[in-house]
Amino acid sequence: MNLDFEDDDDLAGNGPKWYQRTWSGILTKTKDKKPTPDGLWEKCKRCKEVAPTKDWIVNHYVCGACGYHERVGSMEYFDILFDDNEFTEINANLSSGDPLKFTDSAPYTDRVVVAQRKTGLKDAVRTAHGKINGQPLMVACMDFNFIGGSMGSVVGEKIARAIDYSLATRSPFMMISKSGGARMMEAAFSLMQMAKTSAKLALLDRAGIPYISLLTNPTTGGVTASFAMLGDVNIAEPEALIGFAGPRVIRETIGRDLPKGFQSSEFLVEHGFLDFIVNRKELKKKVSTLLQIIWSQKQN
Amino acid sequence: MANQNWFDFEKDIVELMDQLEKAKETHEMGKLDMTDMMATLENKIEEAKQTVYGNLSGWQKVQISRHPERPYTLDYIENIATDFIELHGDRQVKDDKAIVGGFANIEGKPFMIIGQQKGRNTKQRQLRNFGMPNPEGYRKALRLMKLAEKFNVPILTLIDTPGASPGLEAEERGQGEAIARNLLEMSVLKVPVICVVIGEGASGGALGIGVGDRVLMMEYTWYSVISPESCSSILWRTWEMKERAAEALKLSATDMLQNKLVDGIVSEPLGGAHHDPQAAYDSLKAAVLQSLGELEGMDPEDRIQERIAKFSAMGVVVDA
Repeated sequence: MNLDFEDDDDLAGNGPKWYQRTWSGILTKTKDKKPTPDGLWEKCKRCKEVAPTKDWIVNHYVCGACGYHERVGSMEYFDILFDDNEFTEINANLSSGDPLKFTDSAPYTDRVVVAQRKTGLKDAVRTAHGKINGQPLMVACMDFNFIGGSMGSVVGEKIARAIDYSLATRSPFMMISKSGGARMMEAAFSLMQMAKTSAKLALLDRAGIPYISLLTNPTTGGVTASFAMLGDVNIAEPEALIGFAGPRVIRETIGRDLPKGFQSSEFLVEHGFLDFIVNRKELKKKVSTLLQIIWSQKQN
Repeated sequence: MANQNWFDFEKDIVELMDQLEKAKETHEMGKLDMTDMMATLENKIEEAKQTVYGNLSGWQKVQISRHPERPYTLDYIENIATDFIELHGDRQVKDDKAIVGGFANIEGKPFMIIGQQKGRNTKQRQLRNFGMPNPEGYRKALRLMKLAEKFNVPILTLIDTPGASPGLEAEERGQGEAIARNLLEMSVLKVPVICVVIGEGASGGALGIGVGDRVLMMEYTWYSVISPESCSSILWRTWEMKERAAEALKLSATDMLQNKLVDGIVSEPLGGAHHDPQAAYDSLKAAVLQSLGELEGMDPEDRIQERIAKFSAMGVVVDA
């Protein structure tokens, strides 16, 4: 570093002159600081706007000031979509085996137990059916805070069974993706979940039952390369990261920085891989209207 | 010596072969009768081969699968099939050279053969993008599969890729969608689909042409969700743990068969296909024809149901 300062001593000692405080003691004393009780206020991760928690909930965790979509999980999405938050969860008790006895710095089984304790979830997807504005819908929703929303046997199996339910009851299927991709600790078992879920979707397609795929931040890897991209209608939340390869891998491969907005929802709409972007506040209305047009009114 | 590229773990074999070479020279010059010596050495070489190749680690198998002289897709096509008519292009963007395909006859039976293609020298490797397809490669593959279905021709795919291309253009043109579409469409193809991993089977890039009634692996190949190097770099933040990653991933043909994630193993000459390519061609051809024999008499709908049921059964879950 070669900074041209008049007095070099400033660099070693008190810092350059423009950097010095003109008066000292502006620290706020602890007793004068105003504490913010947990759970009353939420701060937007992007624009730092603070709003009462109850407003965040009413807004479905979308910032009222800048429109930033805070990451939420299956619990919130079920609440957003299902009428009166009434739904029936299926296969809620499926949890992971350890077919490969996989161990890196910790055994895979330990990681699963830790994730289960931390999140209160069994794995990275929950599947439930209920009504959306009076119309039946089967929803599979991923949870990112369970090992990065990664897809192993449980995720694949629960999605496959949810599609089976849609086939058996002739009810539309909706997938809410949020995942870093396949779960490495189940290696090829994870990989084959891509084939399994896609094959089930082929059956749903042949049966003429609607499949709506919602991609949320982030959706990458094997999830993008299987069920997430296979919707009759593919939609996404604003500014979600969506791609096959992760940005870091691409950057390393091509050896330069990625263009701004690369792999965002908006980028994918421009390139023709998404039908539209939906604000979370509009999600239920848009999906139920679409289903009403393409499906529900024909069923009676 | 046919093959100039030896791995470190083969050095015992190489030393003995050098000794044999020298013994032969001496013998041929007529100085000494080395017949006994040569026979002993040949036996030793055979023993060394059995020891080395009988106890390969996962990582060593990965190395063999990448041997620069290993037969690639076009080598197999040239040597197991006749009348190959290569078809190009996805009809949308371009012709991806990392995936080749076309109609051919194998022992007089029509096939659509599709596979990833690697290059042998720098120029070819660039042309073939190191066997890493772009979306248009997967879309070309799908177009050819649909063509085969239309004319009721069975499909053979040959898998050999370090992964789908992770580039800017690949993302713009929907790499994820292209692979996903193939998984869906392949699962309901009306014609028999036979897939064989002939080298590297890396993740979605491999699976993108890998959904079949029979999925086979050649003996010294690997198939998993990630390469050992990338797995090592993610889990241990260094490429140096690749040997351990290769073991943990259980990516060899024997492991994959044991876990019922593939349907069979195609044997190779001891030490790998590059030691005796003709033997590898014969072996692959026999396996393909046997699989076709098992599949071609089936009702197409039954075949589809069985194919989907097979993939649906993959995975280990606990219901409690």
